[in-house]
Amino acid sequence: MTFFSNIWRNEKSREIIVQIIVLFFLGWFISWLVMNVNANFKALGKDISFEFLFIPAGYDINQYLIEYNNRDSHLRAGIVGLLNTGLVAFFGIILATVLGFSLGIIRLSKNWLASKIAYWYIEFSRNVPILLHILLWHGIIINTLPHPKKAISLGDVTFLSNRGFYIPKPLTENGIELVYLFTVIGVIFAVLFAKYCKRKQDLTGVQYPVFWINFTVILSFPLIAFFLSGMPISFEIPALKGFNFRGGMHMSPELAALTFALGIYTAAFIAEIVRAGILAIDKGQREAAESIGLKASKVMNLVILPQARRVIIPPLTSQYLNLTKNSSLAIAIGYMDLVATLGGISLNQTGREMETMLIVMLIYLSVSLTISAFMNWYNNKVKLVGR
Amino acid sequence: MSRKTYKPGNYPDLPPPPGTVGIHGWIKQNLFSSINNSLLTIISVVLLYYFIDGIIGWFFLDAVFDAESKIACRKIDDGACWAVITRRVGQFVYGFYPEAERWRIDITFLTMFLAFAPLLYPDIPKRKWLLYFSLIYPFFAFVLIMGGYFGLQKIEYSLFGGFMLTVILGVCGIVCSLPLGILLALGRQSKLTVVRTLSVCFIEFMRGVPLITLLFVASSMLNYFLPPGTNFSILVRVIIMFTFFSAAYIAEVIRGGIQAIPKGQYEAADALGMNYWQKTRFITLPQALKISIPGIVNTFIGLYKDTTLVVVIGLLDPLGIGRAALADTKWNGLSTETYLFVALFFFVSCFAMSRYSLWLENKLNTDQK
Repeated sequence: MTFFSNIWRNEKSREIIVQIIVLFFLGWFISWLVMNVNANFKALGKDISFEFLFIPAGYDINQYLIEYNNRDSHLRAGIVGLLNTGLVAFFGIILATVLGFSLGIIRLSKNWLASKIAYWYIEFSRNVPILLHILLWHGIIINTLPHPKKAISLGDVTFLSNRGFYIPKPLTENGIELVYLFTVIGVIFAVLFAKYCKRKQDLTGVQYPVFWINFTVILSFPLIAFFLSGMPISFEIPALKGFNFRGGMHMSPELAALTFALGIYTAAFIAEIVRAGILAIDKGQREAAESIGLKASKVMNLVILPQARRVIIPPLTSQYLNLTKNSSLAIAIGYMDLVATLGGISLNQTGREMETMLIVMLIYLSVSLTISAFMNWYNNKVKLVGR
Repeated sequence: MSRKTYKPGNYPDLPPPPGTVGIHGWIKQNLFSSINNSLLTIISVVLLYYFIDGIIGWFFLDAVFDAESKIACRKIDDGACWAVITRRVGQFVYGFYPEAERWRIDITFLTMFLAFAPLLYPDIPKRKWLLYFSLIYPFFAFVLIMGGYFGLQKIEYSLFGGFMLTVILGVCGIVCSLPLGILLALGRQSKLTVVRTLSVCFIEFMRGVPLITLLFVASSMLNYFLPPGTNFSILVRVIIMFTFFSAAYIAEVIRGGIQAIPKGQYEAADALGMNYWQKTRFITLPQALKISIPGIVNTFIGLYKDTTLVVVIGLLDPLGIGRAALADTKWNGLSTETYLFVALFFFVSCFAMSRYSLWLENKLNTDQK
C-alpha cells in the first residue's frame, strides 16, 4: 500500500504513470477508429488504394498553367489545381502587400482625413468574411461588367468584360536572347556594385547614390539590348471575334475575383501589422535619430524599418499563409484550385473521400509547416540578444 | 534692433498665436501642415466626394425597396434593387424555420444577451443571479430552439438557416472552443512529453489545413470513423469541426500569453508550495488570459466569419439563402445587393465584438502608466 502511494507521490514516477495512461487511451482510441473504418469499408465494399490517381480524370479545367485535357489522369488534374492555387496566391500576395503597406503607412499619416479613410477601409474589409468578399467580387464582375461586345476598353488594348480581363500578350521573336543576357549582366553588375560601395563606405565613409545607379543600370541594360537587337518583343492584342475576345492574355472572372478578394481582405490585416510594427519602435529611437541630424527618409530607412522588420515579418508570413489557405474557398465560385480539382470533382467521380482528402490535407500541411519552420529560423536569426 | 523689456509685476496672459488653437488650428495642424499633407487632403476629399456621391445615389436615392422582380425594379429606378432582400427578409433571418414558431428564436436570441451579460460585464448588478441563468441557458436555448419537450413542436435541423444559423454556429463554436483551447495551451506547455507531443500535433494539424477541407471531412468522411450505423446531424459535426479548428488557434494565442508571464511569478508560486493545478488556476491562467484577450477575441471574430463556409457543404446560412434567392429567375443578377446586405450584418456584429474587446482590454489594464 505504502509502496504504491510512494510511487504516486514521487514526481518522476507519477509523470511516467500519467504518460503511460495517456498513451494507452490514445492507442485504444486509434484502434477504435481503425476498426470502425474497417467495418464501414467492409459494409460498403470499399478499400483504400491510390490507383485512381492514374486513371483519366475526364473533366475539363478552364484555367491551366501546364498542358491539360480531360484524358489526363487525376494526378495531373491535381497538379494543375495545385499550380492554380499557387497562381492565385502569387497574385493575391502581391496585391495584398502593395495595398497593405500603403494603407498601413497612410493610417499612420499625420493627415487626419487620410488616416480616417484608411481606418474605415480596414475595418470594413476585415470585418466581412472572406467568402463574402469573393462572392461579391465575382458577382460584380459577372453581373455588372458589360458583355464582351460592349467591353470597357482601356486604350483599345486591354478589355474588361464579364468574361474576364484581356490584356496584351508579349510575344518574343528572334534576338530576345540578347535582352535576357543583358538583363542578367545588369543584375550581376548591380549586385557587385552594391557590394563594392558598401565596402568603400565601411572603409572610407564615402557614399555613392547606389540605389539610383543600380536602378538605372537594371532598367537601361535590357532596354539598350532591346533596341540593339531590333525590338524583338511584339504584343498580341486581344480582338473581339464572335461572342468573345481572341488572343492576348486572359484572366478569367474567377481568377480576377479571387485575386481582388484575397488581396483586399488580406491587405487590411497587413496594414494593421505594418502599423503595429512601426508603432512598436520606441519613440526614443526616432528622437535620437533626428537629434543626430538624419533626415526623415534616413530615419525611416536606417533606424525605424530595420527594427520594425523584426516585428512585422513573422505575422506577415502568417498572413501570406492564411491567404494561401483562404484561396481554397475558390471552390465556391468554381475556380479550379487544388481543393476544387482533387478534393472536389475527383472525389465525387471516384468516391475516394479518404484518399483525396488525405492528399489535399497533406499538401496544405506540408506547405504550412515549411513556412512555419522558415519563420522560426528567421525569428531566431533576428531575435534581440537579451542582456 | 529694439528690445522690449518688462518690469516685474503682473501682466495679463497673452492670447495664443493665431492658427494654433480652435477649429482653425486643428485644421491647420491635421490637414494642411505641409504641401504634401495638403495634397493628400485634397485627394482624399475628391475621392470621398465621388465615393459618397455614388454610394448614396445607388444605395438610397435611386434604390427600389419593394417590387415584384428585378425587371419590375429596373422599371422604377436604376439604383439598387433591395426588393430581393425585403421580399425574403424572413428567410434571411430564420431560414426555413416554421413561421408560426419563430417567436421561439426571438426569445432565445433576446435572452442570450441576458445570459451573456454577467460573463461579459463583471460590474453588472445582481450578477450572481444572472450567472445562475447563464448556467441553465444552454439547456433552455436547446429546448426552445429544437422543441420536442413541453409540448413544443419538434423542429428538424435541416430547417435551420439564415442569420440564426450563423449565430448558433458562432456561439456554440466560441463557447466550446475556449475551454478546449486552454487545455491545449496547457498541454503544449506541459512537462509530460506524451501530452506535449499530442497537443503540438493536434494544434499544428488544425492550423495547417484550410477549414474547408475539415468541413468536407465533417460532411463526407466523419461517419467512416464512427461505429457503423451511427448517424448524427451535420450541424453537430460542423460545430465539432469549428470547435477543433478555433481551439487550435486559441491555444496558440494563450500560449503566447503564458510565455509572457515573468518567471518570477512561477518561482513565487513554487515558494508558496503550490501544486501544478493551484499554480495554473491562480497564477498562470488569470494573467495569461488577460494578456491574450485581444487575440482570443480576434480568433472568435475569425470563427464567426468562418461560419459562412458552411454554404460550401450545403447548409443554408445567409449566404446560402442569398444564393438560393439569386438562383430564382426573378432575382437573377442581383448579387451585389444580396451580398452587401449580408456583409453589413457581419460588419455590425464583428465590429461590435472588436469594440467590446478594446473596452475590456482597457478595463483590465493594470499597468501603472
